[in-house]
Amino acid sequence: MNAVLARKKDQAPQFEPTAYHIVETPEGAALDIQKFNLWYGEAQALFDIDMKIQKGAVTALIGPSGCGKSTLLRCLNRMNDLVDDLTITGKIMVGGEDIYRTGIDVIALRKRMGMVFQKPNPFAMSIYDNVVYPLRVDGVTNRKVLDETCERALKGSALWDEAKDRLKESALGLSGGQQQRLCIARAIASDPEVLLMDEPCSALDPIATAKIEELIDELKGHYTIVIVTHNMQQAARVSQNTAFMYLGRLIEYGNTETIFQNPKQKRTSDYVTGRFG
Amino acid sequence: MSIATMGKDKAEAQAATKGRAVRKYTADISAVGEPWLWALGGALAIGIILIAGFLFMIFWNGVATFWPQPIHVVTLANGQMVAGEPTRESTYRVGPELLASLSPEARAEVEGNGGYADRVLYRTGNYDLYNEDFRWVSRFDVASVEAPSGFYLFERQEWGRFVGKIAGLTLDEDRKDISSLSYDEIRRHQAEARKRWDAIRYIEKSEIGRVNHYIEQERLKLRKAELRYGVDSPLYASAAAEAEPRIAELQREFAALADRAATLKAEDARYRIMLEEIGGRTKETNLSQIVRLYPANDVSGPQKIGIYLSRWGEFLGSEPREANTEGGVLPAIFGTVVMTLIMVVIVAPFGVITALYLREYATQGKLVAAVRIAVNNLAGVPSIVYGVFGVGFFAYTMGASIDQLFYPERLPSPTFGTGGILWAALTLALLTVPVVIVASEEALAAVPRSMREGSLACGASKWQTIRYVVLPRALPGVMTGLILAMARGAGEVAPLMLIGVVKLAPELPIDAFAPFIHLERSFMHLGFHIFDVGFQSRNSEAGKPMVFVTTLLLLFLIVAMNSSAIYIRNRLKRKFAVGQF
Repeated sequence: MNAVLARKKDQAPQFEPTAYHIVETPEGAALDIQKFNLWYGEAQALFDIDMKIQKGAVTALIGPSGCGKSTLLRCLNRMNDLVDDLTITGKIMVGGEDIYRTGIDVIALRKRMGMVFQKPNPFAMSIYDNVVYPLRVDGVTNRKVLDETCERALKGSALWDEAKDRLKESALGLSGGQQQRLCIARAIASDPEVLLMDEPCSALDPIATAKIEELIDELKGHYTIVIVTHNMQQAARVSQNTAFMYLGRLIEYGNTETIFQNPKQKRTSDYVTGRFG
Repeated sequence: MSIATMGKDKAEAQAATKGRAVRKYTADISAVGEPWLWALGGALAIGIILIAGFLFMIFWNGVATFWPQPIHVVTLANGQMVAGEPTRESTYRVGPELLASLSPEARAEVEGNGGYADRVLYRTGNYDLYNEDFRWVSRFDVASVEAPSGFYLFERQEWGRFVGKIAGLTLDEDRKDISSLSYDEIRRHQAEARKRWDAIRYIEKSEIGRVNHYIEQERLKLRKAELRYGVDSPLYASAAAEAEPRIAELQREFAALADRAATLKAEDARYRIMLEEIGGRTKETNLSQIVRLYPANDVSGPQKIGIYLSRWGEFLGSEPREANTEGGVLPAIFGTVVMTLIMVVIVAPFGVITALYLREYATQGKLVAAVRIAVNNLAGVPSIVYGVFGVGFFAYTMGASIDQLFYPERLPSPTFGTGGILWAALTLALLTVPVVIVASEEALAAVPRSMREGSLACGASKWQTIRYVVLPRALPGVMTGLILAMARGAGEVAPLMLIGVVKLAPELPIDAFAPFIHLERSFMHLGFHIFDVGFQSRNSEAGKPMVFVTTLLLLFLIVAMNSSAIYIRNRLKRKFAVGQF
């Protein structure tokens, strides 16, 4: 028994403290994650994450499967509330307020945080109804406002030209790439501050991926974007800042260029150069 | 060297000699699963054959019932004559006493057959004369069989069928010469007489029924005033004074209608028909009592089709007569459909709401698991138990309280305090709600998590997510549950016998009197009709064909209701079919 425990201890990876490169936050942090820990039941999934996310920039979360990057992303708009038996310590500050404070209005929080998922998940409604869904659930019934929002959001997600003549048709008739852009339109329809993207291109072909990446490039500045990706080229292409996570820990966080070209930690350099992961 | 490697060497040696090794596939037959495959396929085939045979039997008997049969006149060995429709044949073992009483030739014939003889069942009708509707005739008893012309089959309003000839026709007290009248002319007179009968019936049932209804309303109003203010109060006196002229007016109306009916009846009685059975006995009756008549051996093919269709029309569109063994089943069709629809209207929201709470809101723990097991077990409770519960709780507890509160003037005769269509629908809803809950829960669980997350991420509340995303998506599955519930509910009879189904309902649950839908009324049901006709009537042999037709109709109704529900479900499903990539 003791021997097993001892061996486990030996094998448990030793972690140095997170290596931070200076992330420029001239406009302040959009999100400030402080000493954040998370357990699924008994299993700890996130360890002491400390991280400031730059306003108006694209921040990529990279790391091998199971490293907790999606978990972290889902904590930012409290989507993890759906999971039973979840324990959390630490804080995530948005606009000077801890979103895990008791009594916070989760629905209001989610309205400030658009989210795009791994697989396109349009509702079985018309394209129009999909886009204006966040407004509808907010109680907006003014036709003019809805029409304008729909056009703005679809233009914002570069889907307007393809969809403007078929707004009343079912969203399920769109191609996968179009569906994902529709989901982005839906996410930005309520004009959120932050856009969370959970591997938005993993179910798409290269052409659709290129379009989404272009779109992310256009959206940055207007929205703070946090994107989880498996694809390191994608992280390098679209993001300004990159956080590398491994086994629930934030290993290294800094400018994308620094992370990819001059990482401080060996694990980071191994991962970004493709030696493991 | 082990045996295994020796064998291997040998095989290699053989391969070398033959040049090329043909590898033999020698797996054990039970490992391949061939016998199991045959057993599985055989089980399926047996199931299909049973179902198909059952459906075919119902369908064939049901469809053939109304086809007009010829009338055979059988002369027996002793000179007696029997006339009737041959219904079926069978072989039976002749008893020793009967055998002893037979003539030597007949005995020899039976003994040559090993003691067995053939017999034919004739539907002789004329119950009022013979005290039986059917008669078995043994083959050895038969001297000759003919199908002579001039024999009629009469379907009468009362006493069932009559097989015989027309002995006389009196039209407007004018005795007609039968031989000069053609079948078409007789039928025309009969149709006219039938119209008079319909007119009398309309006055007696609808118009007098209406007047009676209003008189009853006045009486109830008065009784209400009496209960509220007391017999001695001035308010009751004024109410009584007000009601008096109205009641008097209604009674005058009633008398006028009764007069009119009496006049029509007197006129009707001047049209008489004399029927004569094969033995020469006659029976005279009003012509209007004859529902249908045709010379069974003389009708042509198209006429047969006409008779066949008119019988179906009568079956589907009119009320039963002769203790339900003749006539139609319209009230039963109506009762079945209305009750099933009310049941669905009750069970759908109830089941879906329960499933929503169990699946979406309740904390999944031991309590919810226990509730779920209880719900599943509820589906296995014998339906008669639900009937007992329904009559005890709904009718005698809830219904009696409703009567006390809202219909005190009608007591002691109960309004809701006895079996009725509402209580029956509620009982069946209770019976079928587990099916709906289970199916709805499964449908809700099958909604992809990504859909819920998408909606929640848009800032929708949990309720909005359920309302706009989860429920529409789960609707086809919920519909499946409702279809199953409907099929079960429409076919259920046992609980209904305790809670509102009657042999003959005086009134339909929906009529022209306010409030138009009378949920407290008892009703007729096709399932119970089958039971009643087949096993409770004075002559179950006469009811047998009706059992098949009614079964066919009930199956058809259930199929029709289910197909429309399936059609709606498939339309919903198409909405969610993903046309991606």
